[in-house]
Amino acid sequence: MTTQITSARPAAGPRKESRRRPPASSATTVGRPGFAWALPAALFFALFAIVPLIMVAVLSFMSWDGISPPEFVGTDNWSRLVDDPVMLKSIWLTLLLTVLGVVLQTPLSILLGVWAAGHQRNRAVLSVIYFIPLLLSATAVSVLWRALLDPNFGIPADATWLFGDGNLFGEQATAIGVLAFVSTWQFTPFHTLIYQGAARAIPPVLYQAAEIDGAGRYRQFFHITLPQLRTSMITSMILMIVGGLTTFETVLILTQGGPGTDTTISAYYMYDKAFKSFDYGTGSAIALALVVASTIISLIVVRVSGYDKMRSSAEGVS
Amino acid sequence: MRRRPNYLAGAGSFVWLLLVGLPLYVLLAATLRTRQDYAENGPVSLPDSFTLDNFTGAFDSGFGRYFLNTLVVTACVIGIVLLLVPPLAYAIVRSRGRATSVIFRLFLLGLAIPAQAVIVPMFYLISEAGLYDNLLGVILPTAAFCLPMSALILSGAMRDISPELYEAMAMDGASPRRMFFQLVVPLSRGGLSTIVVFSALQAWNGFLFPLVLTQSDSTKVVTLGLYNFQTAHGIDIPGLLGAVVLSMVPILLVYLFARRALVQGLMGVGGK
Repeated sequence: MTTQITSARPAAGPRKESRRRPPASSATTVGRPGFAWALPAALFFALFAIVPLIMVAVLSFMSWDGISPPEFVGTDNWSRLVDDPVMLKSIWLTLLLTVLGVVLQTPLSILLGVWAAGHQRNRAVLSVIYFIPLLLSATAVSVLWRALLDPNFGIPADATWLFGDGNLFGEQATAIGVLAFVSTWQFTPFHTLIYQGAARAIPPVLYQAAEIDGAGRYRQFFHITLPQLRTSMITSMILMIVGGLTTFETVLILTQGGPGTDTTISAYYMYDKAFKSFDYGTGSAIALALVVASTIISLIVVRVSGYDKMRSSAEGVS
Repeated sequence: MRRRPNYLAGAGSFVWLLLVGLPLYVLLAATLRTRQDYAENGPVSLPDSFTLDNFTGAFDSGFGRYFLNTLVVTACVIGIVLLLVPPLAYAIVRSRGRATSVIFRLFLLGLAIPAQAVIVPMFYLISEAGLYDNLLGVILPTAAFCLPMSALILSGAMRDISPELYEAMAMDGASPRRMFFQLVVPLSRGGLSTIVVFSALQAWNGFLFPLVLTQSDSTKVVTLGLYNFQTAHGIDIPGLLGAVVLSMVPILLVYLFARRALVQGLMGVGGK
């Protein structure tokens, strides 16, 4: 995968053959590392990710205020969440923001990615600036935009013709718009990179053939480029969805879930319940719901992208 | 075949450039302006005064300490990742065992676990271990959450080492250990630098673990410092933006020196 940029050349056939797994026998296992090599990392990861994951499931059936010991309460947390209007609203808002993110970022990053894969003159310089948002922490990005969009001292105060009274954080529609915009600003460069790599890997022969047939640039884009980007599109969208489900800092810093609970997405509601209202049981239940959603999506990622088949990045460039 | 330039795409990318460049300009300009100049003339105007007070102000409100903490966290996370991931990736790529493939799947699934999902039990575990409000309590989970992506990136790089080299070494009777140190590690230097940059970025930009697992000023990291600065001095925008710029400097330096490694690593996320 790391050779994505340089792997535009089609993989050599014979190498592919030699990578196919022969049946395990004593001859092929000589000089090969045992699973003990993977054990330290696996144990460390299990302790800090898998064990807490199991605990979150257990805690979701408990009542815990962080001070007295956790107490088993059955499905209380869950039944309360099902009836909780804020929870239902938060699910709806999470979905809305996620969908907005995908709808805004996908066309933008495909266009930018395809463009950046070409041979433009100032591309090197431009892409340095392009990708800066990628490097900034979600915290820095959110703090920056919070300052830039400040009703009194920010851009809206200067451009009232565009922003009206300028308080973008005071209304649900504009607050959600800001959140979607800021996520797009931050993550489009990342998805652009994915598409740039994929667009570079499209065999030039296809374009040459289309050129001979007299297909114009736009026909080439719709009939060659887009279909060739299909797998990357799926991977990128799934990453956007997982990212959307777990947006947190942006909401914490830009809107604090407000006005009211109008931008309280599920991840923020989880934080609010657990670490502000000290209701860790309910917080765990929300967290578990998030895990389930993002696991289902990631299982799709693994299937679709073929990571689980342990293939080399140099193989199967199509 | 010489192609004519794609004007439409060029125009689109120019718009994006503005969308990224303008905020960055405002950010840098505001940082160098006085608070009064910024408040009176608005964010987009050209500065009519120059000052470095915004940076020194950030240091006065504790950013020096936060930098040091973040540096410690980042260095330790990189250390843990470098210690654990190369053997893991080596086993993933070279081991024929079923157990290794199960472990690999575990890490792939781990890619999907968001930090928010485990933050409540993490808070419990870290408190029980007596590591609450201790940098070690931030370092351990942050490093753990760097592992899946690093394993993926590095095993991808290691897979590009030609099998003939292993065979040649096996012929000489080399042990897996010797192959690891004399063949795998030297040949996957590119992948190693990618995971270093990637983990550094994760650790430097981390927010949720420090937010929940630390409390006092002496364990605060840069991102938390920014967040607190905003809540406390929300009105001093140039000062706040000065702190934002400071928080970016190390990452931008890394980017300038390791752009290729970083971009390749992030591109790898998309897979095929």
